[in-house]
Order: sequence, then C-alpha cells, then structure tokens
Amino acid sequence: MLDVGDLSDRAVRTALPPLVALRSLSKRYGDLLANDAIDLEITPGEIRALLGENGAGKSTLVKILYGVIEPSAGDIYWEGHRIRIDSPVDARNLGIGMVFQHFSLFDELTVAENVAVALRHMSFEAVRRGLKAVSEGYGLGLDPDHLVRTLSAGERQRIEIVRCLLQNPKLIVLDEPTSVLTPQESERLFQTLEQLADEGKAILYISHKLEEVRRLCRTATILRGGRVVATLDPREKSAGEIAALMVGAEVGDVRREAREVASARVLEVQSLSMPALSSHERALVEVDVGVAAGEIVGIAGVAGNGQGELFAAISGERLSDSPGSVVIAGVPVGLRGIDERRKLGAAFVPEERLGHAAVPGHGLGDNTVLSHHAMGGLVRTGFIAFDRARDLAKRVIGDFDVRTPGPDAQASKLSGGNLQKFVVGREILRNPKVLVVDQPTWGVDAGAAQVIRKALIDLADGGAGVLIVSQDLDELFAIADRIAVIHEGRIGRIRPTAEWTREAIGLEMMGVAADDAH
Amino acid sequence: MTTFEAILFTVVMASTPLLIAAIGELVAERAGVLNLGVEGMMAMGAVSAFVGAFLFQSTWIGIGFGMLAGGLMAALFAVAVLGFAANQVGAGLALTILGLGLSGVIGAPFVGERLPTTPRLEIPYLSDLPILGSALFSQDIFVYLSLLLVAGVAWFLMGTRAGLRLRSVGENHGSAHSLGLPVLKVRFMAVVFGGLCAGLAGAYLSLVYTRFWAPNMTAGRGWIAVALVVFAAWRPGWALVGAYIFGTATVLQLHAQAAQFGLPSQFLSAVPYLATIIALVILSARRGSSGVGAPGSLGQPFVPDR
Amino acid sequence: MRIELAPRTQVSPWGRALAPVAALIVSFAIAGLVIWLMGRSPIAAFQVYIVDPLMDPWSLREIAMKATPLVIIAIGLSYCFRANLWNIGAEGQFIVGAIFGSGLALAVHGSGAGIWVLPAMLILAMIGGALYGAIPAFLRLRFGVNEILTSLFLVYVAQLLLDYLVRGPWRDPMGFNFPQSVVFDAAATLPAIAGMGRVHIGVIFALIAVAVTMIVLGRTLFGYRLRVSGDAPRAARFAGFSQARTIVTVFCISGGLAGLAGMIEVSGVLRQLQPSISPGYGFTAIIVAFLGRLNPIGILIAGLIMALILIGGENAQIILRLPLDLALAFQGLVLLCVLSADALVTNRLRIVRVRA
Repeated sequence: MLDVGDLSDRAVRTALPPLVALRSLSKRYGDLLANDAIDLEITPGEIRALLGENGAGKSTLVKILYGVIEPSAGDIYWEGHRIRIDSPVDARNLGIGMVFQHFSLFDELTVAENVAVALRHMSFEAVRRGLKAVSEGYGLGLDPDHLVRTLSAGERQRIEIVRCLLQNPKLIVLDEPTSVLTPQESERLFQTLEQLADEGKAILYISHKLEEVRRLCRTATILRGGRVVATLDPREKSAGEIAALMVGAEVGDVRREAREVASARVLEVQSLSMPALSSHERALVEVDVGVAAGEIVGIAGVAGNGQGELFAAISGERLSDSPGSVVIAGVPVGLRGIDERRKLGAAFVPEERLGHAAVPGHGLGDNTVLSHHAMGGLVRTGFIAFDRARDLAKRVIGDFDVRTPGPDAQASKLSGGNLQKFVVGREILRNPKVLVVDQPTWGVDAGAAQVIRKALIDLADGGAGVLIVSQDLDELFAIADRIAVIHEGRIGRIRPTAEWTREAIGLEMMGVAADDAH
Repeated sequence: MTTFEAILFTVVMASTPLLIAAIGELVAERAGVLNLGVEGMMAMGAVSAFVGAFLFQSTWIGIGFGMLAGGLMAALFAVAVLGFAANQVGAGLALTILGLGLSGVIGAPFVGERLPTTPRLEIPYLSDLPILGSALFSQDIFVYLSLLLVAGVAWFLMGTRAGLRLRSVGENHGSAHSLGLPVLKVRFMAVVFGGLCAGLAGAYLSLVYTRFWAPNMTAGRGWIAVALVVFAAWRPGWALVGAYIFGTATVLQLHAQAAQFGLPSQFLSAVPYLATIIALVILSARRGSSGVGAPGSLGQPFVPDR
Repeated sequence: MRIELAPRTQVSPWGRALAPVAALIVSFAIAGLVIWLMGRSPIAAFQVYIVDPLMDPWSLREIAMKATPLVIIAIGLSYCFRANLWNIGAEGQFIVGAIFGSGLALAVHGSGAGIWVLPAMLILAMIGGALYGAIPAFLRLRFGVNEILTSLFLVYVAQLLLDYLVRGPWRDPMGFNFPQSVVFDAAATLPAIAGMGRVHIGVIFALIAVAVTMIVLGRTLFGYRLRVSGDAPRAARFAGFSQARTIVTVFCISGGLAGLAGMIEVSGVLRQLQPSISPGYGFTAIIVAFLGRLNPIGILIAGLIMALILIGGENAQIILRLPLDLALAFQGLVLLCVLSADALVTNRLRIVRVRA
C-alpha cells in the first residue's frame, strides 16, 4: 500500500503551511475540562486521524471547529490568520465541511431538500445539478427526490458527504463515520476520502477504531481525558501500543474460549413475525433464534435492520400474536407482558440508556424499581419500599464499579459507561436465567466495556443464556459462541463464531446471503 | 339572491375566519411550535379591531389594530416558549385565558356599540355570475385575502428557501441547529405570523361577521382552527377544504335551528364541536396512531447547548 | 449582545420551591402596571384584591368555599399532568358530574328520601365525571386522537347539554319560566360546617383529596408509575406499565374528581342547577395545578391564592369598578409566568456578547 511516490508526496505536504492550527484550545463544562489546551495542525492533502476513547473530548473539539460550541480559551488559526468561528455558517464560509456522527438530516424532506437547506447561496436547480455531478463523480449513487426516511444509513451518510462537498470545503471533518456502516461500505468511504485527499483537501478523521485508522491515515493525534497525549504514524506502532495510549493503561482483552453448547434452550424464538407499526420501523419476518443455557449468542447487523423491534418482541414490550413465537424457560410467552417474562427468569437491557433503560431525572434508587417491582421485595401491597430500592442501587454500584456519588444521583448525571454498568448490573443482580442485551457497550469507554463484557461472560459461565444484539463485530467475535446476522427484519443462519469471517458477516449484513457469496 | 345563494354566501363568511386563523397556526406548527393560544389571540384581535375601527371610523385601522394585537400576543407567547423554553401546551392555554380576560377588560366600554356597514369589495362581472357569483365575488376583502393567504403560504412552504428552512426547523431542530439555522429566530417569526393571522381572523369576526363586539365572541373558533391544522395534516390546501367543511356545518346548523326541526337548539349548536371531534377521529384512525404528517419537533422546547 | 438559555448542571431544590413564588411576584408587578395604565392606583387595587379579603372573616369563608372546587379539580388534574397527559376539559367533566348527581336529586325531589341521597349523588357525580373524562382517553387510545382538543371541545358540548336540561326537561315548572331546576331538598344539600357560616363540608373533601394524593403519588407504585410514564414513556413500557391503563386511569381519576367538585358546588352552594354553574373553575384549576407544581400541598396553597384573587376580583368590580375579566387575564398571566419560571429552574440565562 505504501509506495515510494506516496512517501515523497507526503514529504512535500508536511512542508506546506498548516491549513488550520489550534493553539491551546480548551473547553470547560462546569468542573469538567472536556478539552484541555489542545494543539493540532492539519495541512492540505492530509488525512489526519483524531483517535480517542468515548469521552476523550473528540466530539467537543469537532464542535468547536464547526462553530457549534464556543471554546473557553485558546486560539484557532486558519491559513495563518487568527479567527473566531461563531457559527456553522462561519465555519462553512471559511471552507470547513462537517459529516456528523449523528446525521443532521431531516427524515421527511427529500435528498435534494436536505442538501439545499444547508447551502445558502445555491439555487434549487444548482443544488440538484451539483448533487448529481458529485454523486456520479464519487460513485455515491443518490437520487435527489427520495425521502430521507426511506434510505439506509450508508446512503444517509453519503448525503452528508455530498452536502459537505458541494460547499467545496478545504477541510472535511468526519466524526465516527463508519459506526453505522458495514465493512464493505466503510471501504467504499475510504476510497472516496483518498480521492478527496489526492485533490488537495485536508481531512480530519475522528474515530476510536484502530484498524480503520491504520488503513486510512498516516498521522494520528491521540486524545485522552481532553488532552493530546501523542501524535504518531499509526502504521509504525502496534495496535497494543496505540490502545494503551488511548486508554492510559494496558487493556486486557476480554475473550471467551470456544465451548460445547448445552442442549437445554432457555430462550427460543420461533417463526416470529411482526408488522412494522410505522414507516420508521422494520417488520420482523419469520425470525428463529435459540439460546441454550450457558451460551452467548450474538446478533450482528447494521443499525435500523430490526434490532430494536426484535428486542421489543423478545422482551414483551410488544406482544406477538401467537404464544409460541417466544418461549422462555420452556413457557410460551408470546402473549405475556414483560413483567411475566421477568418472573420466568428473563432480564432485559435495551439499547437506549437514558429514557428507556433508566428515567433520566430520577435517582438510581428509583431506577431500580423499573425492572424489579414485579419481582417482590421492593413493593408491598402497592407501596414502594424506597429504602430497599436505595440499598439495591448501592449493591449494583458496589458490585459493578459504578462511579457515582451514590444511589440518589440522577441517572442523567452519570457518564455513559457508568450508567451502562448500572443498568446491566441491575439486571445481572437478579440472577436471570436468560439475559437479552441490545448494544451492550455502545458509546461506552473501554474500561466500562471491559467490566460489562466480563460480567456477561461470567453470567453465561454461571449457566444463563445470553443474547447480545450488537453492531460491534469485534465485540461479537470476542465473546459470542454463536453469531447470526439480522438484515431487513430477517435473521440468517446461526453459526459458531469460529465458522465466520469478517467478510462473510459483512456480506450478510448487506443482504448477500453467505451461501451465495462463494 | 336566492336562499341557496344566501347560504353559500354565509358559508364563505363562516369559513373565512377559521381559514385565516388555521393558516397562521399551520405556519407556526410547521416551524415546530404548538400555539394553543389561537382563541386568545383571536379574542384580542376581535376587540382591538373593533376599538380601532370604532374610534377612528376606519375598517383599515381596525384591521391594523387587530393584527397588531394578535402579533403582540404571539410575541409574548414566543418569549415564554422560545426565550424561556416554557411548556408549549401550558403556555398556549395561558395565552388563551389571558386573551379572553384582557379582551373583556378592553372591550367592556364598547359592549352594545355597532359599526356602520362596511362597503363590499365586489369584483365587477364576476359577481354577477349565477350561484357562485355572489358567494365568491361580492364578498369583502378578507375573503380574497384568505384565499391569497392559502396560496401564498403553500408557495412559501414548498417553493422557497425560507420555507424550506422553516420546515426543517420544525422537522428536526437538532439537525437544523447543527447546520447553523437560527432555530429560535425562525420559530419566533413563524409564531408572530400565526399571531398576525389570528388577529386578522378576530378582526373579521368583529368588523364583518357581527359588526359588534361581545365578550367571548370567538366561541371556540380558535380551538377549531387548531383542530383544522391537524385535520389538514399540516397542508395549506387541506386547511382550505377543512375550513369550508366546518364553515358549512356551522351554517347548516344555524339554518336547521331557524327551520325548527323540533330538535333542541342546543343539540344543533353542539354540532360544530362534535363534528370536529368526529373528523379528528376519522382522520387519526386512518393515519394510524404514529402521528404521520406532524412536524417532527412539534411542541418540543429547544435549548441550544453552547 | 443577546441573552440565551443554557441547561443548568445543578438544579437546586430551593429554586424549585421558589420559582412559583417569584412568578407570582412578577405577575403582581405586571398586573400593577396594567392597573396603573388604566388610571387606577395599583396600591389601592392590591389592598382590594389581596389585603381586604384576608382581613374579613366573611371573605375568608368565601375563599375557603371557592378554593374547594379549585383544589379538588386541580388535585385530579395533577394525576394527568404528572403522566404528561393533557386533560384540559375538567370544566366539562365538572358539569357532567353535576348533571349526573343532580339527576338523582331531582328524581327524588319531594319524596322524602333519606340520608342516602347525598352520598349517592356524590358517587354518581364521580362516575359521570369519570365517564366523560374517559371519552378523550378512549379516543386517544383507540384512534390516536389528540386528547387536548377532544377534551376541550367536550367542554362546549357539556355546557350546551346543561343549558338544554335547565331550559327543557329539568326546568322548575313553578320557576316563572326561569331557566333553572327546582331547589334541592335538604337531603340533597351538602350540610354546612357548624359555626362557619355558609362553609359546607365540601371543604373536608378537598383536604381528604390532598392527603390521599400525597400518599398515592409519593409512596405507591401507582404514583411511581405516573412519574415514569410522564418523564420517560419508553422506560414505562420497559417497566411493564401499560400505557393504555395509565391513560384511562388518570383521565377517570381527574374526571371523577372534577365531577365530584361539580356536585359539591351545586349541592353545597347553588342548591339547584342553572345554565351556568361554574365561573371557569375547570380552567382556573389548571393554573392552580401548575402554580402548585403538581404537588398536593402546593396545590392546596395555590388553590387558596387563586380563590383569594377571584374574591378580590369580585370586590374590585364593586369598589374600584375594575372589570371582572381582569382577574381572568391575571390568571393567564400567572400561568405564563409560572411556566417560564419553571424553565429557569432547569436552565440558566446567560448573556452572550456578540462581536461585530
């Protein structure tokens, strides 16, 4: 990949004056320094990686650069001049384009309208023409008249990219762009980015995924706790070294050994079908999944392919129309609600921590009542024993290393990792026979992810069945015994993890059945 | 004028204030703001227009006063829900109560007064057309204005960049903010536009429809206008259809009372309200409970994190 | 320079408690300004609206009587509002409750029926109010119709129904054609509390409603369920709380209490049905509920304050010849200020200097 021409080219580029330079930039939120005296320079034609764990301050830095939030201290230089970026409009006028992690798109508007709304000085007709040209030039394949809500995540991201390119930016910032893409879609994105860099654009690529950064970038700046801890060539360092810089300590790998699968099924989903309730939802079609006692089954898939709907159907948040479509501990529960399923020994952790797994404005003690009230102990003749709820919260906090002032802290005040440890721990403390977790470590720092994965493995080792729905393939390869892929509401064949390759999973995530791929 | 023509004429008169108020509310809601204070803004528009027209003996000054009052009320609401991020449902109710009360205070000295008849703005030749002629073309300026308003708002929303920006602010204020659209400014203008329309609708009531002022003369029309926006699925053209359906129901109900079918008058008076409920039921049932058509950020307060 | 809101990192409990007080003070200041603009003395108005009623035992008893329906309805509404459901049709449920209960009073009129009549009337009124309140709940659940609009339109329908009854089938044949029913028998009349003048035992019902609601909302799973449903509907589903049951229950509770308040007002104060039996209690109660921060004790205090302003308004009409509607406008102002103050509890104002 690295040929000589590339290297000499790079030597020329580093001699160029920086396009943008940040000088001891800081952002303070109350007591928290989200960015602490950050220095960073990016030159034209460079693809610069900004690596860091969740919470390292990457998103804050990006938002400052795009004028969405203002820095508390420090300076920004653009082409050698000190400037202020007061709003995204300022940023765009300078030549900064942005592709957000959470897309800033409008579901009920068309592709063309989504692009036009951000571009002040272009007529509708010019937008349509430009959209077509850019879409064809980079092989993005977008139809200007489609409603955004009908598009896949990959297509949505391409709208963001087109919108950004039409402003003819000098610097393109991409915030975790591959988090919703299949491996193949990611590769396509990388090719586009390389093409752009060759045209002389500077690219700031924000990620926490080492592999893709090593694939794409020659310089990486590593953030930890709001500070720059290193700037290096990611191809010259081992993954372990870089990970250590990101996390601040050696990270042990949590991994599960291959093992024999017991025959007793604690959870059985049999030809489960559910219509979509709205245009934003997926229908589930003839889903079959079984989880045996003591095993971890993983469901891989790109977001929006029916994971949430599957969770709702298995947990009983939504009822099916036939009792046998979901069987928990041998009991057909398709028509029974979530509390009945809990009483049979099932436990559930939904994807959304705030607002679904926990009530944001309530204390942790109160939040234990959510999933424990049906089980006895906390509620007697309709009255809640709030002191017991607090004790329970204290136990979760102690057992799962939740860092918080105490059981009265509001759920919304916890960091993502700590709250996730709390909601997973809250369920594991019930000693469930089967645990269903949707995205167990989504947006969680490495330390918390470790604790959670370890807890899931321990639970399975103790004889419980665990079903993990995750977009993180690394996670599934590390801890699942068997894996299946969900695509457009259907689940493919479940195979032992050892029989899968990343490529095969990637293809199935895009809807190409693994058997056709050979 | 035949009876049928007369009925048609009154249908147009009854529908026009509903239409004007509904179009204003539609714009505010498209920008993501649910303003339940239409009734209060209309009441203030009605009383201010009457006072203006009565004191200065000018319909135009009356119209100006009415719109100004509606716009000021809307601005007050906007300060609460945009500036202070107050709950929109509650603040809208407050605006209705405030408007009904304040209009009573302002109008008290004018109860029993009457305005001279306003000259109609007839369109020559067209108004001589049979049946529809007199109903459509010998009306006053408000009627033409209301039709222009529908066309103008439809064009603005779907055909202009400002309209696109307004829709995107209502659809997803988070995305709009991150693209650098001035969410609160767009919403403020949309809300004030809604207020101007409600004020104009109120002015129509006291200047044309009755030509006198009485407490509570809006009689729930503001609420029906809010319901019309839901009925219209936030589309201006359908607001026109809806307003005329309800206008027709109101007029037929009045004629039925006059004809003395033997039904108690109160039952007939309840028809517009019941019809609104039934229309909402039919529409909601057809669209499903997912609220398709409603702007994505409708009713949610927006506090930018900067 | 511009002023904008920013979320607070720490919300102080003092701020929460003081916000409604600050809102009231601001409302008084604005109202004073308006009265001054109308050419009257704000100080004299304050004297008439607030101070005088508090000095006069007769007025104090009137305040207690006016506060009774306000508090009972607002307590009911607090169940709805806590679950983030908007029942704004309490006025209609108040009327329908009164109609249900009065139906019995009129049916047994002159029959010499015993003491069972009054409790039966109150229960019927609660059933009537609850059924009427259940209509918006049912329409929302079954068809997805917005409960705000339906509950409001049903107010007009209820008013027309009452109007029809007192002018039609229920009109007192001996009443010189006045649109009103016969005066209820003693057995159908809420007794007065000894030594308290006209003050009837409805006041005690209000206090019971406050006490029971304190326990229900604060200590029970049902109260918890309402809080969760209101604050995070998806978390409520996760907890296994059926949304349908929550909606129907809270609408029935608030409708039932509004109906009870209607019967208490008719059998305790008016003692007959008239075309209008409420000066907008159902709407004022919404303000009471918010001014009291949906907290039972807060609602009790807010109900008394609102009743004081209503009584003051009546006095002001006579003494200062200020229109009665001024009190109504003031209510709207208070609600607007309370809601804005709420926002300042969770957000802070900050001044942003914009450089050219």
